[in-house]
Amino acid sequence: MTPFAYRSAANCAEALSLGTGGDVRFLGGGTNLVDLLRQNVESAAQLVDVSRLSGSIDETDNGSLLIGASVTNSALAAHPLVRSRYPMLSRALLAGASAQIRNMATVGGNVMQRTRCVYFYDADGARCNKRQPGSGCDAIGGFNRYHAILGASQDCIATHPSDMCVALVALDALVHLDGPDGQRTMPLAGFHQLPGTHPEIETVLQPGELITAIELPPATTATTNSEYRKVRDRSSYAFALIAVAGGLEVVDGKVADVRIALGGVAAKPWRAERAEAALRGSPATRANFMAAAAEELAPAQPLDGNAFKIGLVQRTIAAVLTSLAGDQA
Amino acid sequence: MSKLQNALVGGVRTVLEHIPAAWLPGASPDHLAERRVALGTQQPRIDGPEKVRGMARFAAEVPMDELLHAAFVHSTIARGTIVELDIAAAEAAPGVGLVMTHRNAPKMKVPPSIGLTSMKAAGNHTLPIMQDAEIRWNGQVVAVILAETREQADHAASLVNVLYDAAPSRTRFEEGKANARTPHSIQMDQNRLEKGNATKKLAQAAVSIDATYSTPWESHNPIEPHAATIAWEGEKLIVHDATQMIHGTVGSLAKVFGIKDDDVFVSSPFVGGGFGAKGLWDHQILGAAAAKLTGRPVRIRLSRESMHRLVGGRTQTEQRVALGADADGKLKALLHHGYATKPRHSITDEAFSQTGRSLYACESFDVVQHYVDLDLLANSFMRAPGEAPGTFAIECAMDELAHALNMDPVELRRRNVATCDPVSGAPHSQSDMMAAYDMGAERIGWDRRSPEPRTRSEGEWLIGMGCATGTFPFLRMPGTAARITVDATGHAHVASAAHEMGMGTATVQRQHAADRLGLPLDSVSVTIGDSTLPYGALAGGSSQTASLGAAISAASDKLAEQLLRLAGNDTPLAGLKPGEVEFADGGLRKIDDPSRHETFASILGRASQAEVSVTGESKAPMEMLKFSMHSTSAVFCELRVSEVTGEIRIDRLVGAFDCGRILNAQTATSQFKGGMIMGLGMALTEETLLDERSGRIMSTSLAEYHVPVHLDVPDIDVLWTDIPDPRTPMGARGIGEIGTTGVAAAVANAVFNATGVRVRDLPITLDKLDLG
Repeated sequence: MTPFAYRSAANCAEALSLGTGGDVRFLGGGTNLVDLLRQNVESAAQLVDVSRLSGSIDETDNGSLLIGASVTNSALAAHPLVRSRYPMLSRALLAGASAQIRNMATVGGNVMQRTRCVYFYDADGARCNKRQPGSGCDAIGGFNRYHAILGASQDCIATHPSDMCVALVALDALVHLDGPDGQRTMPLAGFHQLPGTHPEIETVLQPGELITAIELPPATTATTNSEYRKVRDRSSYAFALIAVAGGLEVVDGKVADVRIALGGVAAKPWRAERAEAALRGSPATRANFMAAAAEELAPAQPLDGNAFKIGLVQRTIAAVLTSLAGDQA
Repeated sequence: MSKLQNALVGGVRTVLEHIPAAWLPGASPDHLAERRVALGTQQPRIDGPEKVRGMARFAAEVPMDELLHAAFVHSTIARGTIVELDIAAAEAAPGVGLVMTHRNAPKMKVPPSIGLTSMKAAGNHTLPIMQDAEIRWNGQVVAVILAETREQADHAASLVNVLYDAAPSRTRFEEGKANARTPHSIQMDQNRLEKGNATKKLAQAAVSIDATYSTPWESHNPIEPHAATIAWEGEKLIVHDATQMIHGTVGSLAKVFGIKDDDVFVSSPFVGGGFGAKGLWDHQILGAAAAKLTGRPVRIRLSRESMHRLVGGRTQTEQRVALGADADGKLKALLHHGYATKPRHSITDEAFSQTGRSLYACESFDVVQHYVDLDLLANSFMRAPGEAPGTFAIECAMDELAHALNMDPVELRRRNVATCDPVSGAPHSQSDMMAAYDMGAERIGWDRRSPEPRTRSEGEWLIGMGCATGTFPFLRMPGTAARITVDATGHAHVASAAHEMGMGTATVQRQHAADRLGLPLDSVSVTIGDSTLPYGALAGGSSQTASLGAAISAASDKLAEQLLRLAGNDTPLAGLKPGEVEFADGGLRKIDDPSRHETFASILGRASQAEVSVTGESKAPMEMLKFSMHSTSAVFCELRVSEVTGEIRIDRLVGAFDCGRILNAQTATSQFKGGMIMGLGMALTEETLLDERSGRIMSTSLAEYHVPVHLDVPDIDVLWTDIPDPRTPMGARGIGEIGTTGVAAAVANAVFNATGVRVRDLPITLDKLDLG
């Protein structure tokens, strides 16, 4: 780890003023960034601690939920409105990391998590285009069980590791940003980037820009009747091989509304828009769920280590939706 | 091991066949197998309170003035030469006291190899340590940084720039198989075993199976990473280490630095988990060398990454097992052939081929194993080396045979119980595998198992049950010594350079000494854990309890002699010989005549002596050559497999153990459970990710190397037969390792019962279960 200066910001304005200029990183709970600093994957001249910024969860007049970027994962998972209106989010959070890490980790930091590709982490001994643009990708032809089947490129096959973001994308969450050029709000679904030829660019965040909040649109039947299912190599404390966030509203045996997002399949939380489109208005049957999932996965490009994900995602989508359909299937 | 060794061991065995058992150690059963007061009771660990309060001091916590902290730079290629080594930036970094490389490291000899030849050798590999520019495995240390803080050392390590001239390397198992070696001996036995004509019997068998099983490289992950705090005082070397071989470390470091054994002091009162990992590796040697160069004490704490790159573990194996049986399930042929990675510089055998030699009666055997020589970190011991992968292959094969016979797997074992050693014909010292099976079957409710695979389910979950035999040999190490000192108050103090890796060594031997000397528990204290104490053999091979037990027993015989001498004639004991007295009620008494008794305090008081001190020793373990001495266990597992995802959830695990007498129910239960949990890791999650392109380990943190978490571990029931072994101290056999054996097979067999899918390649991850 390279030595760095540390400053704690008392408010957003101070964070933004400290965060301008060269080699600065915003620090949330530190559960990922500090690891990366220790591994010499990242280095920074200065860390600006933003974990004392907004840590509140407030319902707005229109029924949205505004979540401060410094809310911890534990607090968000336990919030009564999250549990009752957006259960898939609560489940996703609790499926991530360990209790100790969730107590430290923040919502803003979680969005900014970086991939767990073992070659990305091996700064001494492996090539990685994300870590060192142009150096090559050792994951191709190496260990890629955890890697992407959708939206990967010849330069990078890494996945985004967040559970929380998968549920947020399924819930049409918005991300609030503040920066040198002012405030803006955008769908989280457009925040993370696919690798293309520049896997080192992971989000649309601009230099000096800070995530200030996440906004959940008002709850609907499909957000309330929702689930998160994570499939992994051990029962707890492991990153997702694949994960499915699902929400469903069935009216008269037909799909009235459906939300599907996937984790562990791409460099971003993957909204399964094709599957959703295929299902809207269709009878809520397992066969249709399987067929819609297959359509979503049609463009999938498996690697030597992760072909199993295609069938696994398909079956898990069908299982989640079948469970949500309940008696109405 | 050599042809010479084969001849020697074979010769001793032949001679022993003609020597009456009554002349050997363990000739008459230890009376403590039956007459127990403290032994057999549940006793909490005496070091528990210290550990809970954080007062127990581990190797990385020993305070020293002027301490420097070490960090390592590891090689990034498997084979080649360092052509450029730029340390200028590291040397100039804040706080740095020394950068040591092969250019300035002191001359050091290769440590003597651990094995049967020397009782003070602990070397795990035969490679020179930082003596030249050669790279022999990916991860080898190329520079040691010493700095005022660990963080400064880590930072400086990142500034070292190394350029290599890479040479072709051998890092692929499949390619290595083509040039595999076939050693003459594996451990103490001839490698190749051919008894009867197994090939012919296999072909003629009514029912047979033939399958290949594979087990991965596994890395050690004790809760305490390896650490040492090291100082030189003139020519004397002080090492506060985390080790399960104190005297091996003494003797080895003395050889490496060309000093006398007496000039090396090793202290290791507490070890945070050993499992075979805590021996002598490069870090202690490099730490001592760096301390010598700087003249300041050095603390070295391996990061998880450094542990994975420098400390060898369980090696990769591929094993073919073929079994032939008659229609009644009687074994006619057992064929066990296979490969294990063992680099030429490795010392340790992964002796998986031992397992099938002792477990079942069988008419013919054909057993051999080959070594795959690769440019990798030396492999080493990991809890139940040999038996852990060996039981996976043999016991899955037994399950496959039972299925082919349409026979209950427990019944198949019952029909093949060995009444003596199936190969040599040597009598068992004690063995009752089916007692363990019957206990375990009843506890798990084996009658609920459906003989047809994939016939039980709850929702998406397929439910199955499986069983397997576990096994581990009895070992007693010669030379382990114990000193017993009895003072004028009648308090007894036992001292030995034994090891405490969390299993309760001092706790159990205190119980032992109390019963041995006829004292209440609180009149006995035990000191272990440093090299000033009488010699302790390594804590390995599940041998320490027997070895130290034998030493205490031998010392107690000497103590009786000494006390009788001191007692003189003015005593109720007058005229009695050592064989006529026993320890009781804080003193000695005539056997069968309680009226002739005198306390230790009284004897010492009359003799005006403050204390009496004697040392006894564990003698040559000839009983191991005369008798077939193996513990066995029956492991039962009930689990569920998701039809949707292939995820496996273990619902129950039962281990029933035939390991002689149990000495402390509490510590024994913990040992067995811990072993079984390690077996679960082997079954389901653990695998060192070796990138065969580079020979580099990619799973160097606990995030990638998956040990079981709490949620993976079900309720575990531990049972034991408690039948004494008449040939061992206290009637007990070691229990440290057997818990791990058989578990992976029981899980794999249960997965087959649940799903109908046979996974022969560990770990059983969900992608290997195509449930259609």
